[in-house]
Amino acid sequence: MRYIEPHGHMVSRTTDDYQDMATAGCQVVCEPAFWAGFDRNSADGFYDYFSQLTEQEPKRAARYGIQHYSWICLNPKESENLDLAEEVLSIIPEFLAKPRVLGVGEIGLNKNSRNELKVLEKHVDLAAQHDQLILVHTPHLEDKLKGTRLILDLLRNDARIRPERVIIDHVEEHTVKLVLNRGFWAGMTLYPESKCTAARAIDILDLFGTDRIWMNSACDWGHSVPLAVPRTALEMKKRGYTRDIIDKMIYRNPIEFLSQCPKFKVPEE
Amino acid sequence: MTRQQVLDLYFMEARSKVLDLAAFLDRMDRAEGKEDFRLAALREAISQLQGRRTRRAEKVLLSLSDPSVTPVDRAMGQGACGAWAGPIAPARRKKKPNSV
Repeated sequence: MRYIEPHGHMVSRTTDDYQDMATAGCQVVCEPAFWAGFDRNSADGFYDYFSQLTEQEPKRAARYGIQHYSWICLNPKESENLDLAEEVLSIIPEFLAKPRVLGVGEIGLNKNSRNELKVLEKHVDLAAQHDQLILVHTPHLEDKLKGTRLILDLLRNDARIRPERVIIDHVEEHTVKLVLNRGFWAGMTLYPESKCTAARAIDILDLFGTDRIWMNSACDWGHSVPLAVPRTALEMKKRGYTRDIIDKMIYRNPIEFLSQCPKFKVPEE
Repeated sequence: MTRQQVLDLYFMEARSKVLDLAAFLDRMDRAEGKEDFRLAALREAISQLQGRRTRRAEKVLLSLSDPSVTPVDRAMGQGACGAWAGPIAPARRKKKPNSV
């Protein structure tokens, strides 16, 4: 089996996780900028985190034969402080130019507030100005439906944004159709309790097909499973999916989307 | 997949989950004090399972979701709890969030 982990917060994981992922066939991991579990107090804190994502983590992954790429942004959980957000936004272009940065992400909404929307709009503008791919986080649980609608409306109102260059992550049964019908890519996050279980993610594939969709573990410092993607691939096999379709879902689909960024290199066979 | 194959693959897991749900409701009945909006939301979600319906998972998620379309003035905390409290005062919403 070969696979790409298109969304993993590896700075929160141990080297044992890298070893397990490499053993299971992981060839590439992509790491969106994330919330640290507490609010950072200064733009300097973000600068150090972005440096960790773009300089240190690729070296750590390389020890296990895994390519590491990252996405840069201010997470929506830290968007209420607009002054700090402006400062952080001003340092992002420096990191977008780094050789292993794929785009702007994971931007989006958390509690669907007005300030979160303002900061999301600024991120989208930044992505458009710098011709970047976009990875969008949709809110948790009861806030997901409303947040997904607000995000899709905002993106559709910006004529510079091409839906095929945007992936809307953490879709579930009540939001996947909204995303796919508007031409965006959809990401399914495989979590033990919230978001999608493996069985439900495969149900979504049964219903909506395997085009413009990927699966990720979004493993971080919370309750999550770094091997969720290969485990779901095994469950797909149990449910009768062919080796070719499984390879499409866990390897070729991520490559199709990510290759829109010229910095992304397809792993050598 | 045939229905027999789906049963073979998932019946024990579904049996375990429905037992956990039943035990949770029993546990709630035995416990003391007031409940909050989450229990009513869960009972409403459970009602979506009955009968020969379609798209049950989607309907359960919709029943637990905030259906409004207007952004809130300010984020009150950062987590989510899994059920929409409804258009009510912020004080009633106060409880420990479950998600990051």
